[in-house]
Amino acid sequence: MYARVLFGSSLGFHIIYATLGVGLPLMIILSEFMHIITKDRHYAIMARRITKGFAILIAVSIASGTIVGVLLSLLWPGFMEMVGQIIALPFLIEIFAFLIEAVFMSIYLYAADRLSPAMRLGSIILVAIGAVGSAILITDAHAWMNTPDGFRIVNGEVVDVDPLDAFFNPSFFATALHVTVSAYMTAAFVMASVAAFKLLKRNITKEERSYHMKGLKISLVLGLLMSLATAANGHETAQMLHEYMPRKLAAAEGLFETQSYAPLAIGGFTDEESESVKFAIEIPGALSFLAGDRFDTEVLGLNEFPKDEWPPLFVHTLFNVMVGIGTLLLLYSAFLVIWKFVLKKEFKPWMFAGLTAGGPLAIIAIEAGWCFSCIGRQPWTITDVMRTTEAATDSDYVGLLFFLFAGLYIALLFITSFVMRYYFKRNPVMKDLQLEG
Amino acid sequence: MEASIIAITILWSFLYIYSMLGSLDFGAGFWGMIYGKKNNTGASLIANRFLSPTWEVTNVFLVLFVVALYSFFPFAASMLGVLFLLPIGLGLVLLTIRTTFMVFSHSVKRYGRLLQVISGITGILIPALLVSILPVTLGGFITMENGHHELLYGKLLTSFTTYAHILFGICTQFFLSALFLADYASVSKDPSAAQLYRKHAIVAGPVTIVVAVLTLFTLEPEASWFLTNVENHLYGFGMSLLLFLFGYAALFLKNRDGQRGLFRYAVVFVVLQYGFAIYAYGSSHLPYMVYPHLTIEEAFTNPSMFYALLIATIIGMAILVPAFYLFWKLFLKDRRYLEQ
Repeated sequence: MYARVLFGSSLGFHIIYATLGVGLPLMIILSEFMHIITKDRHYAIMARRITKGFAILIAVSIASGTIVGVLLSLLWPGFMEMVGQIIALPFLIEIFAFLIEAVFMSIYLYAADRLSPAMRLGSIILVAIGAVGSAILITDAHAWMNTPDGFRIVNGEVVDVDPLDAFFNPSFFATALHVTVSAYMTAAFVMASVAAFKLLKRNITKEERSYHMKGLKISLVLGLLMSLATAANGHETAQMLHEYMPRKLAAAEGLFETQSYAPLAIGGFTDEESESVKFAIEIPGALSFLAGDRFDTEVLGLNEFPKDEWPPLFVHTLFNVMVGIGTLLLLYSAFLVIWKFVLKKEFKPWMFAGLTAGGPLAIIAIEAGWCFSCIGRQPWTITDVMRTTEAATDSDYVGLLFFLFAGLYIALLFITSFVMRYYFKRNPVMKDLQLEG
Repeated sequence: MEASIIAITILWSFLYIYSMLGSLDFGAGFWGMIYGKKNNTGASLIANRFLSPTWEVTNVFLVLFVVALYSFFPFAASMLGVLFLLPIGLGLVLLTIRTTFMVFSHSVKRYGRLLQVISGITGILIPALLVSILPVTLGGFITMENGHHELLYGKLLTSFTTYAHILFGICTQFFLSALFLADYASVSKDPSAAQLYRKHAIVAGPVTIVVAVLTLFTLEPEASWFLTNVENHLYGFGMSLLLFLFGYAALFLKNRDGQRGLFRYAVVFVVLQYGFAIYAYGSSHLPYMVYPHLTIEEAFTNPSMFYALLIATIIGMAILVPAFYLFWKLFLKDRRYLEQ
């Protein structure tokens, strides 16, 4: 029990930093790139400031990533035994990607003034490749847990291992793409939130305003593009769920009876007694259409599966939170982009106010998404192969460690926000703007 | 060569790299803390100049070792998980504190000193925890109860050999880091810092050797199999001692500027010294991973996964070598960085 809570909270903590760690390099690249094109020094300042924040976040991200990596081995020995035999490849390659990221991150941070602009751009691009590479590879292990492939089990022993089949398991591409674009989307909305928050202040100078406005525009456009990509890929993911993880899809939608013309339930709570989703808005046939592009697609319900293999039914809410926030951000950023670039009107203060919520919301959506994907797989750690209870350690010290780590995470959340605030208060953007003016 | 031997050699090489990098990393953190008090002495600047760009890379090698261990030897997972959850778990908490505080200390100048002290102290505790695993694998600290392996924490905490191992680890860390920083300071054209670190290396070197030999005498009776194996690999340990003497002698020879200490030669000899010692230790440890419960053959993965991992390791390293070369050129060689 503690093993699950300890690992869950470790991941939940790591994901915040890791997602930004994947997304922010892209923002830095865009700023560097804009600087090269427009020669506007605001973009160079922007790149430097994002980098500073990134350096603080990446320290926590690397430390918590180390924790997750090592805890994974210590808390889930049963699982690791199987993972090691079948899906070790992405784990090992991930570390190499991680090394590339670490090496070029140091180069970009500490050797920036000695590099030509092209080499600087090159090293931050390699950081971004390393970051996204390690995210994709780790996601591969997650995808394999959802849709295991590349082996057979005979008499409890793993045989006929094909590492490449396991690597390219059925849900790999859809899930990897989903993680990547949603990380970019989150980083973009976090940046947009910061810029919008600054623009809401009354007492900023004209130059500050123009600086933040540039940041807002880049992140808004990127946020919109990535939201669209996430939505398109979300559709693909739903079809993948329909084909390979029908139990999870049924739990996500609170669908009990197998049916064609299955409705899509939005909101509400899954009720086991009445086998329905209470207080939900139902769109007839929409789930069938999502799953198979036709309204008469037959979607399996929970009743097809033994009850002790059902995931907790509240995953419906997690799923709704993820999709709901994603849709909201997509619509809102589309509205703002049209307002600014098509109708060519000035932003109103309330628009900024709305946007400041975008970053925190995006992070909530990411957390909900990961929780949905992992809890929706329960009671299995590896779908239909290994139950979570079989995978966990039986060491007596997990409880103690849980409290230690929980304390550490909470402390770190506070300390990182303090350090960020402290640093950016001490070094306001005005200082950078004047310094080189 | 058997596949499992190739795998354990790869793993052992990662451990070798990490123990060298880790010693420099933790050691430099410690020296940075000691000399950081008198603000901006050369010695502290040198330590931090080395630390800033390298700690991330060092950290990743630790993860690389763990992941490679579980990838090549998945059947070791259940035993290692139970045995080492507590020491490694504590080590991770400290490692997190250390790395984050180290980075934060650059951003928050007012509390910089406090953060620096904390990360310096954790830099001694972490290696102590990591090294305390070694005596466990040699035997005598594990019981079987109701089919479960249990680590005898009480015995481990009160055993002399545990502390001998820890002392050896910490001495090594001081020796390697002082030696390396002396070279680094000398390349950075800071002769006074170089001489300071040289003095520490001169003390730490022989102490480390003495502690290493004494540690062998403190081993638990259960580890006698290991001593027998050590006798069969005396040539490796002898080479190691010889290289140490070369390296140590280089500390007393005059360099081009008339100062004592041919640091680059000393570093190379001492790194080779540890190489010979670590591989000799590793061969003496065979065939056991954890004596007498687990051999490397029992823990080894299946052939198809082994070849896939082997190819991935070769490709990964081939890509990384140029990256490391660039890294080395920029931070350990470039005069513009070193003499700023």
